Amino acid sequence: MKAEDPRYASARRLGLVACSDCHLLSRKIVLGSGQVAVCPRCGGELHQRKPNSIHKTWALLLAAIICYIPANVLPMTITSALGNVEADTIISGVIYFIHSGSWEIALVIFTASIFVPFMKFLILIYLLLSVQFRSKWRPRDRTVLYRITEAVGRWSMLDVYVVTILVALVKLGVLADIEAGPAVIYFASVVVFTMLAAESFDPRLIWDVVEDNE
Amino acid sequence: MGLTYSNDFILLNEDTLSGFGLDEIHPMHQIACHDCDLVQKLPPMPKEGAIVCLRCGSVLIRTRHNSIDRTLAWTIAGMVLYSVAVSFPFLAMKSGSIIRETALLSGVQQLFGQGEIVLATIVLLTCVTIPLLQMLLLLYIFLPLKYNFRVYSALPVFRVFQHFKPWSMMEIYMLGILVAIVKLGKMATIVPGLAVIAFALLVIVLACAISSIDDHLVWDCLEEKR
Repeated sequence: MKAEDPRYASARRLGLVACSDCHLLSRKIVLGSGQVAVCPRCGGELHQRKPNSIHKTWALLLAAIICYIPANVLPMTITSALGNVEADTIISGVIYFIHSGSWEIALVIFTASIFVPFMKFLILIYLLLSVQFRSKWRPRDRTVLYRITEAVGRWSMLDVYVVTILVALVKLGVLADIEAGPAVIYFASVVVFTMLAAESFDPRLIWDVVEDNE
Repeated sequence: MGLTYSNDFILLNEDTLSGFGLDEIHPMHQIACHDCDLVQKLPPMPKEGAIVCLRCGSVLIRTRHNSIDRTLAWTIAGMVLYSVAVSFPFLAMKSGSIIRETALLSGVQQLFGQGEIVLATIVLLTCVTIPLLQMLLLLYIFLPLKYNFRVYSALPVFRVFQHFKPWSMMEIYMLGILVAIVKLGKMATIVPGLAVIAFALLVIVLACAISSIDDHLVWDCLEEKR
């Protein structure tokens, strides 16, 4: 079956609603104002498409992009050793690992903290625009792109955990002490906001456009 | 693991548009893809494998052999490891004659101490609370399934469990430990405690528990028992 086969039937076209939690198919009913349809099996709210998907995704995505700036500019850790105080950002941490010879670790941190969030922004913006401008181009590949972004985003939390562990371990009084910098909370916010943004995007909108164009 | 493509789909024509009754739709026979909304008839279930959407390729149903027993076994193992991971020494740092010992929760405590309350809460939730809740909810759902008794609102509980999945991030914390050890390697010796080993095993065990769940089977069993 080709993706463009005009004879396929989506649940929307058949007047059905699939429960987003337990996947049970129900017949769509007309609702009065203030009413919600509830799945007869698991009790979750039924929506044919995630409500306000595009607006919600844009809002959360913009929030994440705004937090991304202080997350990269402000220091992640503040290290004091023998009277010297040093502030490290994400990038200076990556550079430190390259210079100290552990380029594998530098690559892991760069991927998780800089590359993944940035790619997630680009992909979500692209997906949102492609739905809003009613693109019919490669719906299957765009769905795969969505699934990858959804799965990979959590790994950006890595740097937050590294700071948590360092803060706990390095407490040697005057000798050495590490404190969490102001960037950490912004960075954690970037991860949480992008995860919520990916969750509120509805990939079925990509296919609705393809169907409607027929 | 074998992949099976759903080989049959409902054709959209005059008949289906006018007279498509719910009685013809049964959750055991039809499913709508959660990624592209295509309604398709389910092929005979493989014993262990995945049924994949014909149009967009996402996994519709994953079936597991002995799913209930295996999930329970992994979860109980996870509970034991969890109790070790939170109660024994986690990591210790040795620099000269000074030794600093930490527990799993020390980092969260330090962050609270520095006034980073939101941050401490995020770390606490994603690496300590949600994994524990996940295991407790799994026991709440799978023990009754195994020993055939009924519990209060198991269906909504399983629904909540599904929503926790992306927020349980112990495996990422584990990677964080490795990065921290490399980072501190030059300035001190890091001694892993018993809890770190338990934690590492817990990451694997919990992943096994979650991947041995057969969602479709659980929904069906829970609905039958209601």
